[in-house]
Amino acid sequence: MENRTTGFKKLVLAGITYWAIISIVYSIILTTILKTYNLTDLEIIIDAVVNNIMLSGSCLLIFNNMRFYLPRHEKYWYVLTISLGLSAICSAFAYGFLWIIFSRDSHYMLSLKQTSGIHWGITFLLIGCMAMMSLLWYTQEEQKNMNERKADAERLAREAELFKLRQQLQPHFLFNSLNSISALTGSQPEKARHMIQQLSDFLRGTLKKDDQQWSTLDEEIQYLKLYLDIEKVRFGHRLQTNIVFNEEVKRLKLPSLLLQPVVENAIKFGLYDTTGDVLITLEATKENNYLKIAVQNPFDPETSQPLKGTGFGLSSIQRRLFLLFARNDLLIIKKDSTNFITTILIPQIA
Amino acid sequence: MKVIIIDDEPLARSIVREYLQPYSNIEIVAECQDGFEGIKAIQQYEPALIFLDVQMPKINGFEMLELIENPPAVIFTTAFDEFAIKAFELNATDYLLKPFSKDRFNKAIQKYHDQPAKPESIPVIETAAQGAAQRNRVVVKDGNKIKIIPVNQIQYLEAADDYVKIVTSEGSFLKKRTMNFFEQSMANHNFVRVHRSYIVNSQLITRIDPYEKDSHQILLSNGSKLPVSKAGYAKLKDVLGI
Repeated sequence: MENRTTGFKKLVLAGITYWAIISIVYSIILTTILKTYNLTDLEIIIDAVVNNIMLSGSCLLIFNNMRFYLPRHEKYWYVLTISLGLSAICSAFAYGFLWIIFSRDSHYMLSLKQTSGIHWGITFLLIGCMAMMSLLWYTQEEQKNMNERKADAERLAREAELFKLRQQLQPHFLFNSLNSISALTGSQPEKARHMIQQLSDFLRGTLKKDDQQWSTLDEEIQYLKLYLDIEKVRFGHRLQTNIVFNEEVKRLKLPSLLLQPVVENAIKFGLYDTTGDVLITLEATKENNYLKIAVQNPFDPETSQPLKGTGFGLSSIQRRLFLLFARNDLLIIKKDSTNFITTILIPQIA
Repeated sequence: MKVIIIDDEPLARSIVREYLQPYSNIEIVAECQDGFEGIKAIQQYEPALIFLDVQMPKINGFEMLELIENPPAVIFTTAFDEFAIKAFELNATDYLLKPFSKDRFNKAIQKYHDQPAKPESIPVIETAAQGAAQRNRVVVKDGNKIKIIPVNQIQYLEAADDYVKIVTSEGSFLKKRTMNFFEQSMANHNFVRVHRSYIVNSQLITRIDPYEKDSHQILLSNGSKLPVSKAGYAKLKDVLGI
């Protein structure tokens, strides 16, 4: 809103300047022409004032008109026509006024008749100039508004999409965890209470991070540990985890909850779909200006093979990285016969 | 009465065990943590009732049931499975949504006692598989081994009495199922029923030749020749866009 008012103030200032320039130019031209007719100073001044007022009125009219009606098609023909018409009307009125004022001054009337063509010509040029300027100014203004709206819409859409990607809570995980708690309440109530605590902290984390887009690696890993600890209660000794990172990378930033689906995925294929013991490794390092996080999990080539495409449910991470960094090369997936390694690169903006 | 609990989570098995404690007539003969163990245990103990989780490693609860000749009564225990729920309603003894209460569990046992006849489990599974629509693998028994065949590795299916012969590059396997079942559940994977007795993976077709009157013959990339009926030819033209 403030932007608009300052923009308008500038416009008014520009308008006044333009008008002043027009007046001076117009006066100089008129004076030069009228001097050749040996008119008195008073006659020249009145002639100039009347013409100037008419001209300014026309310019204001055309400028205001364009505010409410901006031609879309044939705009240049529109400018030409309106300038011709308006300058004709303007000159006719000026002629009329001057005729009323000077009707008994035959010397002046002669000059008025003879210069009416030139009057009209100059008026036409100046009004045409004004019309073009208004057209450009309003078109530009409209373009600016449209771009702002488009940027706004894109930003909103992006936020909504990110929100959705982050919010995908896994009902399967939640209900199975609740079932584990239910089992523990009978046999080991202390453990049940502990797990309720972990699950609550985990869920709170999912909700809390909505308004903060970025977290430190340390925060994210603490959060992941909650998740992995819950899975360890569910699956007992079958799940082993190894999280490796040093002090240097602890403070590095990454998008909130980005790692979560990667680890969920590792659990899904490494733990849910295999039998026997499972080791899931997460390693974070700093390379050049990137935070590099590699998550490794075993998988069963026999059962996981039929999954198509990037498969392994990582497309949402790819999408999120693209929305944030406009790059498609930040997610790298590698697999050998039994292991699956997902690597994410987070550019560190210094 | 003998029961078996099949679930990949130890705590999930323990709650069933706990809820079963008051029933002196019920004996838990085995606890299994995946479908493979489940099949072995069912064959070994022939239980009257099993508690079966749906989401398990390698083969899920439905796939496990498919591989059992004469399945016992089933109470499904599952956390979340939209389409499966609809399937259970039709023919499983009961289904318990995790976490379930003791009252709800007792009702399920009561339900079993009220209708002691073993439910015919085949329709349950057929419905579930159709509900799942995106059936992207078939589980078969190969001697004592269990084989998981990704749908895209199947070349064609051939009717063989009560069975369907599944032909892959690694050999063929029999499965007790109808042709209609496969036709419906694999339509999304480029499979076409070209004949009363044949369903073919349309991506492997290399040639279609006229053969006798009104019928055609197709040649697959592996060299097999299969007959195509008049109706089958129409379907094939539709799928291949010719």
